[in-house]
Amino acid sequence: MKFSEQWLREWVNPNIGSQELMDQITMAGLEVDGFEPVAGEFTGVVVGEVQSVEPHPDADKLRVCQVHDGRETVQVVCGAPNVRQGLKVPFAVVGAVLPGNFKIKKAKLRGQPSQGMLCSESELALSDNHDGLMELPGDAPVGQDMADYLKLNDITIDVDLTPNRSDCLSIKGIAREVGVLNSIQVSEPDIQPVPAAHSEVPEIRVEAPEGCPRYLGRILRNVDLQAASPLWMQERLRRSGIRSIDAAVDVTNYVMLELGQPLHAFDREEIQGGIVVRMAKPQEKLVLLDGQEVELTEDTLVIADHEKPVAIAGVMGGEHSGVSAKTRDLVLEAAYFDPITLAGKARHYGLHTDASHRFERGVDYKLAREAMERATQLLMDIVGGEPGEIVEVASKENLPSDRVVDLREQRLADVLGLAIDRTTVEEILTRLGMPVEKLLKDGWRISVPSFRPDITIEEDLIEEVGRIFGYNNLPVTEPTGSLGLRAREEAKRPVSAIRNYFVDQGYQEAVTYSFVDPAVQKLVDPERNGIALANPISADLSVMRTTLWSGLLKTVAYNQNRQQPRIRLFETGLRFEQNDQRIDQQPMLAGVVVGNQYPENWVNGRRTADFFDVKGELEGLFRLLGIEIQFVASQHPALHPGQTAELMRDGEHVGWLGTLHPQVQKNLELNGTILMFELFLNSIVTGYVPNFKEISKFPEVRRDLAIIIGADVAFSDVERVARKHAGDRLTALRAFDVYEGESLGEGNRSLALSLFWQHPERTLNEDEVHSLFTGVIDALKEELGATLRS
Amino acid sequence: MENLEQLVQDGLKAVEGSDSLQALDQIRVEYLGKKGVITQQAKTLGKLSAEERPAAGQKINEAKGQVEQAINARRAELEKAAIEARLASESIDVTLPGRGQDLGGLHPVTRTLQRIEEIFSRAGYSVEQGPEIEDDYHNFEALNIPGHHPARAMHDTFYFNPGTLLRTHTSPVQIRTMEAGKPPFRMICPGRVYRCDSDMTHTPMFHQVEGLLVEKDVSFADLKSTVEEFLRVFFERDLEVRFRPSYFPFTEPSAEVDIEWGREADGSIKWLEVMGCGMVHPKVFDYCGIDAEEYRGFAFGLGVERLAMLRYGVNDLRMFFENDLRFLRQFR
Repeated sequence: MKFSEQWLREWVNPNIGSQELMDQITMAGLEVDGFEPVAGEFTGVVVGEVQSVEPHPDADKLRVCQVHDGRETVQVVCGAPNVRQGLKVPFAVVGAVLPGNFKIKKAKLRGQPSQGMLCSESELALSDNHDGLMELPGDAPVGQDMADYLKLNDITIDVDLTPNRSDCLSIKGIAREVGVLNSIQVSEPDIQPVPAAHSEVPEIRVEAPEGCPRYLGRILRNVDLQAASPLWMQERLRRSGIRSIDAAVDVTNYVMLELGQPLHAFDREEIQGGIVVRMAKPQEKLVLLDGQEVELTEDTLVIADHEKPVAIAGVMGGEHSGVSAKTRDLVLEAAYFDPITLAGKARHYGLHTDASHRFERGVDYKLAREAMERATQLLMDIVGGEPGEIVEVASKENLPSDRVVDLREQRLADVLGLAIDRTTVEEILTRLGMPVEKLLKDGWRISVPSFRPDITIEEDLIEEVGRIFGYNNLPVTEPTGSLGLRAREEAKRPVSAIRNYFVDQGYQEAVTYSFVDPAVQKLVDPERNGIALANPISADLSVMRTTLWSGLLKTVAYNQNRQQPRIRLFETGLRFEQNDQRIDQQPMLAGVVVGNQYPENWVNGRRTADFFDVKGELEGLFRLLGIEIQFVASQHPALHPGQTAELMRDGEHVGWLGTLHPQVQKNLELNGTILMFELFLNSIVTGYVPNFKEISKFPEVRRDLAIIIGADVAFSDVERVARKHAGDRLTALRAFDVYEGESLGEGNRSLALSLFWQHPERTLNEDEVHSLFTGVIDALKEELGATLRS
Repeated sequence: MENLEQLVQDGLKAVEGSDSLQALDQIRVEYLGKKGVITQQAKTLGKLSAEERPAAGQKINEAKGQVEQAINARRAELEKAAIEARLASESIDVTLPGRGQDLGGLHPVTRTLQRIEEIFSRAGYSVEQGPEIEDDYHNFEALNIPGHHPARAMHDTFYFNPGTLLRTHTSPVQIRTMEAGKPPFRMICPGRVYRCDSDMTHTPMFHQVEGLLVEKDVSFADLKSTVEEFLRVFFERDLEVRFRPSYFPFTEPSAEVDIEWGREADGSIKWLEVMGCGMVHPKVFDYCGIDAEEYRGFAFGLGVERLAMLRYGVNDLRMFFENDLRFLRQFR
């Protein structure tokens, strides 16, 4: 809400400067978003009077005027279409400086001397209106400085109100706050009922009293809407960010800004029969004041006549029924509309109006009559006319009821952490318009005014006392409380340990969006459908990721396009999957590696990372976590069919490791061999608590062997067979050489293994080791067709 | 015995002329070995009388000692030369860079989150997690934001269907934690949140940390100390903190927290909004089945990217999610 400081100070005028005033209301919870002067900076502009207007001898569009500036009459050449004899206008005399440091000098325009300039509103930076000269009222004193005449020593203050403070959407509301903060009186304008001058009244029927618990109408006959609003009113509206339209609209806006009650004026001629407040009928249409035609939905409250809707209640009037310069009789409306009925309606039609903003947040439900009287008086002052009686239709059962809320002294002290003395509490609440209805044994019964729909419980009153007392005046104390210890599972490693492991392995952590491009996801996880957002921000962020690879591969592309050939990234986060009716949200750990395994260095530093580099890093992680993982050759649609491992723990799938499929890589326009892994975090974080075993004092025996075996036999099978026959005392089995070459014959490879045995309680003798070793060799020959390499 | 003198002279000469440990050992065998020429002199003792024998024997021993000493000295010399030669050959350029894996780094958001978690964990707060695809009840309803509430317009919500959405804040984890346990509570919840908004200063995903403390006796004054201390510990500065009345449907009283961040031209403090907080609204306790007369609580929420930007001087929010390696590498 924007308002003029000058206007506010007419209501309440604390003895503090503008900045202090703004700080004060900010600290009361009405956050000042900013402020700006109400006009540009200028000097040397006075009220001038155009005494004569002659055509320019050499230019059709220019006129030669004689202008009086209060001391003398000078010649000014002017091109504005509305310049005319007798007009009073802002006149920048020779030597004046206009906003933007524009200096006015003597000049000649098409040969005619010109001393000074007649100004439009935009030339004084009052508004962006440059349609013509700014027309001043006939009683404007010629020669008076414009800044004085318009009282331009003023600022527009913009407060960003929280949705609970609808009471401050008016000068009256803000003045109340300022009065409380400074403990000073607020002076309100004197508003008196306007006596009826005739007996004509509008016919009003409220068919939807839940949505419209109160509706007031009044007829104002024989008005002259040719008459313009007074300059002071136009200025106040302008300084509040509202453009002057005509007297009827200006007055309704003015009263809304002043008191907080939105009003509407209809042209009586256009209301057929009478006013009906009802819900819209199916397919009903209405052309609004802004010119757009809307089809109304049945949950929309409308103001109608006996034939058609004429306004969306509390949002915007219809074009047809609006007032114009020709309007002779007005029907004035002031109503209380139910906030819940109106909630979201404006937005539904793509609208947001000053009225809807207020009604949705809750207007004072007792304000309508006072506002109607105020508007009637102001209108009659400008456009004349004869008022009729006010007709009021109210539904008591649908109006909010008068409320009291109890406040306990102890509770107030407990919540704020300070016992505030009783008189201070009472004064704060009374000045806020919340008088003590009754003193209670342990506190107060507070009567809640109709303009504070937000006050419903004790805590609301505590906040009111706290904020006016000042949050920063409340004490600062350390919380006390239970210091019980929490369970800590030792076998479970925190995710931070996993992150640190990857950082140590040279990986950079990435954080990518949880919603991804469906096209990318289709490529990397074609078998699952991501859950689609109903209102995505853009098409490439429209489905929830089913794998973290979608975001990581995009990140690879982003960095490869920025001359980063060596990329090692990991990410942890949720992936989302729809399983029947349930949404599965699983924490994942994923990584991608492309480029050199090590940073380029001066020895052997350009080796491209391969499957076994990343596998080794994962094995290191599993040792850190204390878990056993099997790598099983498998297939995944996004991975190279010959370089894919499914990761298993105790027979349960825990993730994937592989090389990105070359076709997918090409489609994603990525370079290099890209290794990727993804693991279910919950399946890997729990390992074991160490359990000590006696260290053997006896020597370890090592035996090496080299076999030639079919290249299609997996090492894991060789290991399985060897272990099966190596007995209980085998302590380790390692592959120390793998070789494929022509000399071995097509489809063969050579594997060199070393086996280690050790007994905890004695030295193993040569014979038993030999027999186990030959048993292993025989089993490899028989079960896997291996031959010993000579 | 003149012969012995000669032998010693020859031996010493040979030792001096030897140029390797191997040659030196040869000389030792030749002179002092079992069949060495000096050792053999002992055989001549038998021909001498008993009176002459001790003196002659001593002479032989002296001769042996003389040669042995020379050999030892020469060996030491040769060994020293050998070590020096080896050291000379093994010298390297120690200024060449080392080899091995580079160090990666945590994302600045994670770095900030871990720091926040650590600060609160030390004060006994647990770290809780919740789902990111939330239901309307936990994200809004139970936080006292009913369907028609104007505060809903402040949350640009991503929906899947009318009842299912991406959480717009980490506050629903408050509800889930209170539903699942019994008071007292002392927890924080870090995590991703989502708003349908994207421009210079908004990304559709960002991170928040929500904090909640529920005890029998806790006040706004306790909230103030917790928030102030956190900000001073986090920024490692004794900065000014102020509490400004504000509005959140799930706290009452509510406040926004500003910190001192530089000075205005006129010397006054430049305030920067960094957090929201307040006392848990009794209706929220009602939804969670906690008696608001018995327990009170405070809650606070902060934007992680905002704190990371201030802490590390990052000037563009969007960089956090571009994951440009040149950006990420600055936060090791």
